[in-house]
Amino acid sequence: MTDLKRPLIADAPQSAAACAHCGAALAPGQGRFCCTGCEAAYGLVRGLGLDAFYRRRESADGALRPEAAPPVFDALPLTREDADGVKSLDLMISGLTCGACVWLVEQALAAEPDVIKARVSFSTRRLDLRWQGAAERGNELIALLSRLGFRVAPYTPACMRATEDAEGRALIRALGIAAFGAMNVMLVSIAVWVGEDMGAHTREFMHWLAALIGLPTVLVAGMPFYRSAVAALRAGRVNMDMAVSLGVLATAGMSLVETIRNGPYTWFDGATALLALLLAGRVLDRAARKKARQAVAEVLALQDGMVALLAGDGITRLVPVASVEAGQAVQIAAGEALRLDGRAQVETLLDTAAITGESLPRGFAPAAALPAGAVNMGAPFTLEVTAPARDGSLAAMARLLEAAEQSKGRFVSIADHAARFYVPIAHAIAAATFLLWWVGFDALWQEALVNAVCVLLITCPCGLAIAVPAVQVVANGALFKRGVLVGSATALERLAEADCAVLDKTGTLTEGRPVLIPEAQGAEALRAAAGMARASRHPLAKALVRACPEAPLLTDTREIPGQGLQAGTARLGSPAFCGVAGFSDGMVLVYRARADAAPVILRFADRLRADAPQAVADLKALGLPVELLSGDGPGAVGAAAKAAGIETWQAEADPRAKAAHIENLKAAGRKPLMVGDGINDAAALAAAHVAASPAGATDLAQTTADIVLQREGLAVLPEAIRLARRAQILARQNIGFALAYNLIAVPAAIAGLVNPLIAALVMASSSLIVIGNALRAGRA
Amino acid sequence: MEALILLVPVSLLLGGLGLLGFLWALRSRQYDDLEGAAARILFDDQPGKDPPP
Repeated sequence: MTDLKRPLIADAPQSAAACAHCGAALAPGQGRFCCTGCEAAYGLVRGLGLDAFYRRRESADGALRPEAAPPVFDALPLTREDADGVKSLDLMISGLTCGACVWLVEQALAAEPDVIKARVSFSTRRLDLRWQGAAERGNELIALLSRLGFRVAPYTPACMRATEDAEGRALIRALGIAAFGAMNVMLVSIAVWVGEDMGAHTREFMHWLAALIGLPTVLVAGMPFYRSAVAALRAGRVNMDMAVSLGVLATAGMSLVETIRNGPYTWFDGATALLALLLAGRVLDRAARKKARQAVAEVLALQDGMVALLAGDGITRLVPVASVEAGQAVQIAAGEALRLDGRAQVETLLDTAAITGESLPRGFAPAAALPAGAVNMGAPFTLEVTAPARDGSLAAMARLLEAAEQSKGRFVSIADHAARFYVPIAHAIAAATFLLWWVGFDALWQEALVNAVCVLLITCPCGLAIAVPAVQVVANGALFKRGVLVGSATALERLAEADCAVLDKTGTLTEGRPVLIPEAQGAEALRAAAGMARASRHPLAKALVRACPEAPLLTDTREIPGQGLQAGTARLGSPAFCGVAGFSDGMVLVYRARADAAPVILRFADRLRADAPQAVADLKALGLPVELLSGDGPGAVGAAAKAAGIETWQAEADPRAKAAHIENLKAAGRKPLMVGDGINDAAALAAAHVAASPAGATDLAQTTADIVLQREGLAVLPEAIRLARRAQILARQNIGFALAYNLIAVPAAIAGLVNPLIAALVMASSSLIVIGNALRAGRA
Repeated sequence: MEALILLVPVSLLLGGLGLLGFLWALRSRQYDDLEGAAARILFDDQPGKDPPP
C-alpha cells in the first residue's frame, strides 16, 4: 500500500497510431493492432466484407477490444424452438455504442447461412436471433460476437422490466391524442376569437365542433393525471396532478355548459393544450429515466450469471443461480465469484473484498462457511451449497435494504412541497371567486362558475407543473452524457442537499482489482510472463495481462490449478510453486524462465484511483467533509486515507458498523452522501441520505445506490453535485417564477377579465420561460 | 359558409387518419428503438445470401 501513487506500466508513452479494430492508442513497436484479439476481430470483419464498419465506428477508443478469455455461458437451456424447427434466442449485447455496431452485429450474423433473423434494438440492447438447424449453433453464434469484441449475456427478466415500459407507451399515446386534440380545437377556437362578425348559429356550430373534439381528448389523454390524483387522494395527500386534474375537468365541464347555452367562449383549447404540454414534459422525463434504468440493467445482466452445477455423474452443467438448491454441489473455477453460500472440503483462498472490504485474499479452512460474493483466488474447488439463492446471505442483505430504503420513500420533493401548500390555496381562491360573484355581485351562477373555473385554469398553468420536471430532464440528460446514471426521481434533489461524504476504500477510493506494481522486472521477462498469463483467468494473471497487453499468447501453456502456469521450462505462479520462500500474502506472482534462472517477483496491489485525491479535494471545496469508512485493516486504510488526503478514517468496520455510522450522522442532523461498491456497503448505501456507487460495483450496491457512475474514476462525483445544486436552484427559480405569474394573472381571473386567448397566452409564455430557464441546468 | 359543411368533416377525417396512423405505429412498437432506427438508414444493405438449404 506504500506504492499507491506509482504510475502504471500501461501509462508509458504511446505512439499516435491507433489499433485498426478498437481504435486504442498503440504502444511503440506494435504493428496495426493492440492485441491478438483485435487482430482476429479485424480479420473476421474484413473476411465478411463488412469493413464499412470502420468508417462509421464512433465507439470510445479501446471499447471494442475483445477479451482474451470472454466469460461464457451455455445458451442451450435458453434456446426456444417453435413448431417448424426455428430456434430463437433473446440476448443482451453490451458494447453497442453507435449505429455502426448495430449494423456490424446484424450483418455478421446474417452472413451465417443458417441465420434467419438477427435484429438488434439499439436502445434496449436486445438481440432477437433466429436460426434454422441445431440448437447448439447458438453458442457458436455467441462466440462469433465475443470475437468481434461485444459482450453477450442472456436477456434477463430484469432487462425485460427495465425496457418493457407499458406506462411510458401509455404516456406517448396520451401525448399523441392530446396534441391532435389541441391542434384541432385551436383551429376552431381561433375562428371564434377572430370571427367577431360570426353569426350566433355559426358560433354554436363551432362550439359543438370544439366540444366534439375536446371532450374525448380531455377524458382519454388526461387519464395519467386522473389516476395519479386518485392514488394520491387515497393516500391522503394532494399533489400537482390533483390541481391539473381538477383544473382540466372543471374547464371541460364549464365549456360544455357554455356550449349548451351558446356563450361567447368555450375553453376546450386551453384544457387540451395544457394536457399536451404537461404530457410532453412527462414523456421526456420518463425517457431520460428509462435510459438510466436500462444502462443499470445492462450492467446487472452481465454480472447475473450461471453456475456450473456438478451432477452425480461428475458432469457439470451451466444452470441459472436461482435453480440451485441446498445440498447440491457447484464447481467454482479459479477467479470465479461465489454466487451462493456453501462449504468446501478443501482449504480455499478467497478474496472477500466485496463482503468485508479486506484488500488481501484470506485462507478458509476446510468446512468453513464460505460467503456468497467472495472471489476464488486459489484452485478450482467444489462448493457444497448450504442455502439456495433466495435464502442465502445475499438475499438476507437485500431484505435488510428494503426496510432501509423505505425511509428514502418518505423524502418529499420540492415539487410536492410546492403542491402541498399551493393546491389548497388555489382551490380556496376558486371557491371564493364563485361565492363572490354569485352571492356578492348577484351574478348568474353560470357566470360565477366561469370566473371560478378561470381561476382554476390560470392557477394550474404548465409553468408550475412543468417547472421541476423540465429542470430534472435537462440535468439528468447532462449527467447521463458524463456517464452518471440517476436512478430515482428524487436522487438529484437529495444529492444537492448532501453535506458530508463517506467513502468506502476497496473498489471505491481504490480500483478494487489488483494492479502490477512497476519495479525493475525487466521488459523482456514481463512480456514473457504476460504471454503465459494470457492463458489463465486468475485475477492476478489478468492483472499481469492488463499491465502488458501487447504480449502474444504463449502457446502450450498449461495451468496447474491453484499453483500456477507452466510452459516448457518456464513457470509463473505462486511463490511456493516457483520455489521461492518468504512471501505469505496472495498478491505476489513469481516468474522463472528456467528452474535455475533468477526468480522475477511480480507484486500486485489494489491501487488508489488516479483521480481520487483530486475528487476528495473537490468534495471538500464543495463543503462536504470527507470520511473514509472501510472494513479493511488500519494499516491499509490509513495509508489510503493519507494518499487521498482524507483526515478522518475508520478501519475494520463491518456492514452493521457502516450502517450504524451513517445512522449516527443522520441522527446528528447531517445528510450524508455514501459512496460504496461492495456488498458490505449496501446497508450503509441504503441508509444514507443519498448513495452513489462507482464503476464496477457489485450488483447489490448498484441497485441500492441512487446514482451509478458508469465510467472509471471519481472525478465526476463533485461535478454531479455541482450540477445537482445548480438544478435545485433553477427548480426553485422556476417555482418562484410560476408563482409570481399567478400573482398577476389570478386577480385578473377573479375580476372576470380573462378570456381564452389570454389564458392561452399566459400558459404558453410561462411554460416557455420556465423551459428556457431549465435548459441552463445542462451547463455545469 | 356552406363550404364549412364539407371542409370541416374532411379536415377532421384527415386528421383522424393521422391519429390512427400514430396509434398503429405505437402499437407495432415503432417507437421502441428510435435511436436504432435513426442509425440504420445510414447503412447500405448487404447483398442477399442464398436461402438456407
